[in-house]
Amino acid sequence: MSASPQPEGDAFEVARPSGAAIIRAVKAARVREIVALPDIVTSDGLLWPISRDPDFRLTRICKEDEGVSICGAMSFNGTRAVLMMQQTGLMDSLNAIRAVGVDYELPVVMMVGLQGKEPHLPAARSGSYGVRIIEPVLSAMELSYSLVEEPGDEAHVTQAIDDAYAASRPHIFLIGRPPEAP
Amino acid sequence: MTLPRDEALKALIPHVRDDDIVVAVYQTCFDWLVLNPRPLNYVSVGAMGQASSHGLGLALANPDRRVIVLDGDGSLLMNLGSLVTIANAGVTNLYHFLAANGVYEVNGAHPLPGAGRADFSSMASTAGYRGAHRYADLDQFTQALPQILDAAGPQFVMMEIHGGETYPRDYDYIHSSAARQSFRDALNRR
Repeated sequence: MSASPQPEGDAFEVARPSGAAIIRAVKAARVREIVALPDIVTSDGLLWPISRDPDFRLTRICKEDEGVSICGAMSFNGTRAVLMMQQTGLMDSLNAIRAVGVDYELPVVMMVGLQGKEPHLPAARSGSYGVRIIEPVLSAMELSYSLVEEPGDEAHVTQAIDDAYAASRPHIFLIGRPPEAP
Repeated sequence: MTLPRDEALKALIPHVRDDDIVVAVYQTCFDWLVLNPRPLNYVSVGAMGQASSHGLGLALANPDRRVIVLDGDGSLLMNLGSLVTIANAGVTNLYHFLAANGVYEVNGAHPLPGAGRADFSSMASTAGYRGAHRYADLDQFTQALPQILDAAGPQFVMMEIHGGETYPRDYDYIHSSAARQSFRDALNRR
C-alpha cells in the first residue's frame, strides 16, 4: 500500500457556506417561489429546509428547462423566483436559458450545485470535466454568475438577485460546497 | 374525422375572457394571433416544447386569471414531464389545449414518433390532470367547451386537427421585445 501524497478532495476539511444565511438572503430579495430539481450539493443545506419553510412555495419539476420557463413567465408580473438544480441540469437547459434568459431578457435566477467538485479546489481546477467547463460555458454565453463557496459568500446573494430583476437578466449562483444545514 | 384547426380556434374565441392569458405555439399561435388578436396573448415561449411550462409559471403567478395554453403535439413531446409537473403544482386555473396533427408542421411536416398511436389525453389523465378530453368532431368540441372552461383546472383537451386556413408565420413578432412589453403592460394594467 502506498501513501497518497494528497488526500482525496472530500477528505479536506473546508469551511462551508451557511444554508440558513443563503435562505435569509433569498427571502431578503423578496423571493417566495422556489422551482427545483434535487441536487446532492444543496439537498440538506437548502432544498430540504426550503421544502419545510412556509414562507416559500416549492414547485417540484421533472426537468430543468421547465424551471427556466416557469421562472421567466412568473417574472412578467414581477413575481420573483429561484430555480435550483445541479450543473448537469444547467447544461441540459442551455437552450431554454439562451431563449428565455438571454434573447428574451428575462430575469431567471438559478442556484446550481457543482456536483462532483472537490470542495478544496476551484471549479476551474476540478478533476471533473463536467464541473470544469461550467464557468467557461457561462462566460461564452455572456451569463452573469457568482460563487457561493465559503462562509461570507452568502452576503452577496440578495443584491445579486435584486440586480438580476432590476436588469431583467439571468444570474447563476454556483454552489461549490454543500451549505451547512440550518 | 378531424377538426379544421382554424374552426376549432374560432369555436374557442367566444369563451376566452378579456382577462384570460392565452399561450400559443407555432402554427396555432400564428393562426390565433390573426383570428383573435388581444393584449394578453403570450407568445414568448422561446424554446420548442416550453409552452406548458410558461403556462404553469403564468398560472402560478396569476391565480386570479385563467391561463389557456394552445400547445402542439410535437412541442409537448419535448416536454412530456410538464404534464406531471402541472398536475402536481396544484393550479386550478390552467387549461391545456393540444393541437394534434401528428407532424412537426413548421419544420417540414415530418411525422412525429408515435403519430396516430400516442394518446395525449390519456397521458394527461394518468399524469393527474383534473380532466382530460379528446375531440375529433367540431360539433362535439364546440358543445363541450363551456363545461371544460367552467371546470376547475388543470384541464386537458386533445384536439385532433388538420390544417384549415393557415396564416403567415410572423416569427419576428413572436420573438420581439415589443410583443413581450405589450403583454407585460396588459398584464400589469389593473
